[in-house]
Amino acid sequence: MADDREPPPLFDDEKPDKKEDEDDLFATPNEAPKEEIKDEPASLPTEPAQDKASEDLFAADDDLFGEAVKEVDTSKLRRKLTEDVDDLSPPLTPLEEPKPLIPTPADSSKAPPKKEPPKEKVKKYSQAKEPKPLIPTQADSSKAPKKDASENKNPPPKEEAKKKEDSQTKEAKPSKKEPASMAKEQPPLKPMKVSVDLHPPKPGEGEEVDLDSPETEGPSSPAKMEPDSDSSPLEAPPMAEVLPPAKPVIEEKPKPTPAPRKPSMEKSKEEVGYTSFAQIEEEESGDQFALDIKVHDPGKIGDGMGAYMSYKVTTQCLDFGEEKKTSIPAFRRPSMTVTRRFSDFLGLHEKLSQKHTHIGRIVPPAPEKSVVGMTKIKMSKEDTSSTEFVEKRRALLERFLQRISLHPVLQMDPDFRDFLEQDELPRATSTSAVSGAGVLRLIKGVGDTFSKVTIKMDESDQWFEEKQNQVEALDQQLKKLHASVEALVTYRKELGISTSAFAKSTAMLSNSEEHTALSRALSQLAEVEEKIELVHLEQADNDFFLLSELLKDYIGIIQAIRVVFHERVKSFHNWQNAQQNLAKKREQEAKFKQTGKTDKIAQAQEEIREWEGKVEKGREDFEEISKTIRTEIRRFETNRVKDFRNIIIKYMETLMNSQQQLIKYWEGFLPEAKAIA
Amino acid sequence: MMDGLDDSPDLLAEDDNKSETPTYDPRTESVDLTKDDTLSIDISDALSERDRVKFTVHTKTTLPDFRESEFSVVRQHEEFIWLHDRFVENEEYGGYIIPPAPPRPDFDASREKLQKLGEGEGTMTKEEFTKMKQELEAEYLATFKKTVAMHEVFLQRLAAHPAFRKDTNFRVFLEYDQDLSVRLKNKKEKLGWFIKSMSQSVDEVLLANQKDADEFFEQEKGFLVEYHNRIAQSTKCADRMTKMHKSVADSYIKLSTGLGSLATCENTELDKVFNKVSECFEKSRKLEARVSSDEDLKLSDTLRYYLRDTSAAKDLLYRRTRALADYENANKDLDKARAKNRNVQQAEQAQQRACEKYEHLSELAKSELQDFKKRRVGAFRKNLVELAELEIKHAKALNQLYRNCIAQLKEEGRGAKAQPQ
Repeated sequence: MADDREPPPLFDDEKPDKKEDEDDLFATPNEAPKEEIKDEPASLPTEPAQDKASEDLFAADDDLFGEAVKEVDTSKLRRKLTEDVDDLSPPLTPLEEPKPLIPTPADSSKAPPKKEPPKEKVKKYSQAKEPKPLIPTQADSSKAPKKDASENKNPPPKEEAKKKEDSQTKEAKPSKKEPASMAKEQPPLKPMKVSVDLHPPKPGEGEEVDLDSPETEGPSSPAKMEPDSDSSPLEAPPMAEVLPPAKPVIEEKPKPTPAPRKPSMEKSKEEVGYTSFAQIEEEESGDQFALDIKVHDPGKIGDGMGAYMSYKVTTQCLDFGEEKKTSIPAFRRPSMTVTRRFSDFLGLHEKLSQKHTHIGRIVPPAPEKSVVGMTKIKMSKEDTSSTEFVEKRRALLERFLQRISLHPVLQMDPDFRDFLEQDELPRATSTSAVSGAGVLRLIKGVGDTFSKVTIKMDESDQWFEEKQNQVEALDQQLKKLHASVEALVTYRKELGISTSAFAKSTAMLSNSEEHTALSRALSQLAEVEEKIELVHLEQADNDFFLLSELLKDYIGIIQAIRVVFHERVKSFHNWQNAQQNLAKKREQEAKFKQTGKTDKIAQAQEEIREWEGKVEKGREDFEEISKTIRTEIRRFETNRVKDFRNIIIKYMETLMNSQQQLIKYWEGFLPEAKAIA
Repeated sequence: MMDGLDDSPDLLAEDDNKSETPTYDPRTESVDLTKDDTLSIDISDALSERDRVKFTVHTKTTLPDFRESEFSVVRQHEEFIWLHDRFVENEEYGGYIIPPAPPRPDFDASREKLQKLGEGEGTMTKEEFTKMKQELEAEYLATFKKTVAMHEVFLQRLAAHPAFRKDTNFRVFLEYDQDLSVRLKNKKEKLGWFIKSMSQSVDEVLLANQKDADEFFEQEKGFLVEYHNRIAQSTKCADRMTKMHKSVADSYIKLSTGLGSLATCENTELDKVFNKVSECFEKSRKLEARVSSDEDLKLSDTLRYYLRDTSAAKDLLYRRTRALADYENANKDLDKARAKNRNVQQAEQAQQRACEKYEHLSELAKSELQDFKKRRVGAFRKNLVELAELEIKHAKALNQLYRNCIAQLKEEGRGAKAQPQ
């Protein structure tokens, strides 16, 4: 189901002129996918397309490499792979790219050794939802190991640097490779089984040998490249493994992606997960893959204006390894920690919205960039206002990830997975406020608002009309309430501060009080007030983090909902346009018939057919997005009820605890006051 | 100094027929006083008119100086000030701590807030506005009561004092059933008063080096100066604290109404949650406001009163030091006179007078200061105990309130889960 849905909205191309249709903003280079498309359902192309944006820049490179590759290896697969690789690698490590590309077999070996570049590639693959690239290369290598070996020598020393561990990783890959190639021929529907078949190869070590030989020959530069050689074996394979499974699930396209290390288990899991996923999509059942995501240890990196904040993101798979139907084996480890900077979060949001918003999914809003806050951090070393800022942002980021992880579809998104798992991410460039992309975004934003004003739609669907009104009302009330809570936070903080001032002045007073008992009582009072200050400040934090942030989150989500509603309107508009065009064409045809221009009738009929198709597609898209939005809104409301109820109760409990503390403190003070004699 | 009174409060006018008659509640008395059987004074009634507050001073007495045993008169704030000034000016009372005059009824703060509220009316719902207004009116009422209490305490202290109670002016104040025709100080008087207070402080500085043979006074002086500064600071902080507490309480109003209106546009079962919480905040803001006003009453007011009392005690010390300086000067004059053998008798008399005055003052001052300390400790004890008790009481009430609310929310949540979808 996902397959059909996803592609259409972005590009109308599907079957016709793929390349030409891709004039969309993002559409550029992904030719590789297209080739595959032929064999496989249309869904594939779309996936890559989503990531295209990042790849645009490198499109040129792709061509060059791609051709070279072709020469080397004739198989289509390879070509795709190389292209993909090119796309992926360029951003960070342009120099290294060429090497991998040329020797296809080398690619497999490369991946592990160059940790950084490969990862990027991998990520992109994952983004592109192309486990295939990796697979094919490996397959090639396996097919012609000797060739590879020879080629490996040729490539730059870095590539040569391979470890046995690397080889292991390769092993894993080879298994995938074969499946991938097979997959192409196989019907898309039965991917799972294919993957199963594939797994076995992995364990097989015979391949290893082949691979190893080339590697051994190569100088051991790996040590430098991969300081964490130990980790490399573990990590390397997972990238490939992990990502692929996720993709198939998401897309519901059975790509014969290689199963992760536990072939036997995974088969079953994958199948199960697959179905469960489908169910989730259908029914939005509450059962999901549970992730516990924490953002912690914010740290400032660098100095001056170039400084930025980085955060550690730790993910725990709560039911990892259990054979629940909900536990989709997407991660290789039950727990992982990566370091991310703020722009990475924005990048993740960008990617997710590109992929999901236009088909009606509500992507949780990412925190906003704060120039003021960041400048403070850049300028000042340490002060309370900036630590507060960082802490607030940390909490925001954590909630952002948690919300994604709770979404049945988004949680399976390969970009999200990569974000949680990959050690390095390609630098998100388009998120900077001043970059060219930023300007583009701005322009697009302006265009959007303009079209929001101009595109009107007579709402025929009562449900939507109602929801829209509800959401607007909710938005308004939430904003008002949010302002009140903010005021409360301010006052409560002030109360804390003034309590502390009073405590200090009372301590002074007690010092100069000549009556001993009274002096003691006053100093006790000062102590009590000091404790009360903490109670107030803590409560102010609770006001903020529980109540205020809850409201703010939901205000953000409502904004996302609005966007989604707007997407629906746009989709409706497209459909209507198509209908109008169709009507015109029919008129034209009628005219031709009347005037007897028989030669043009055929063409007109052709056009009519074409437009009929478009109308049909427009209608389908519209229905699809409407359906998705309904599901999403239902989910939103269920979650909202849950969230609000839980958090409000939690908040009330903090209020209660504060009072209990006050009781304790004052009860402690009472005898002191009575002791004044 | 008292001009402000002219535009005194009529905050309640709109709702309460231009007059409000809060009776003084003895519980709120800030200062503990020993009751005198023979002369008891209270303010039985107070009336806030457009530009002034009229206090009905009710006296019950067995003292023979008074014509009747029970009577009431109506007095205004200026008359209290007049009375206070008579005591200050009377040299006979130089050795006593003159009870500090009650502060001028000050409703400016309330009025200002009301005005602000009126300006901001557009930004809030009617419900919020009404509640805020009620809050302000309650605040005004509390200020009013406090003012009355301060005036009452002033009279009660005078009545309890062995010397002051017999004062003629005091008797006139209590007994004369006509207007005392006290005018506000005119400009000249004000200027004179200002110069006098200036010269006193200059004198204080000059006398700062006056050596004092008496260790007790030397010590008291150091203590009072420091204590005065610190208690002033403390009072300021306490005021700010209670004010902020009030703001927190007030912000609950918006929270409560905000939740309430959120509930009205809610399409899920959350409306019940919102309504519950809204209700809860409505109750808790009342309690929090009580906390704030009780802190004000028990803590800030105690501090404030002793701030003024300390100041009065400082004045006493000043007078004594002045007398000491005079005495020493008289001694010098006497020595000179003796050396020149001229006007010796005159000088001796002057020296004698100064000496007596000084010794009299010292003696009185000593017992007054000890009295002051006793009074202070007693008042702090009483008020701190009451403060702690009230804090505990309110915190318990709030705790209970929140607990109930949570229980209801949880129960409702279970109910919602049970019958859902």
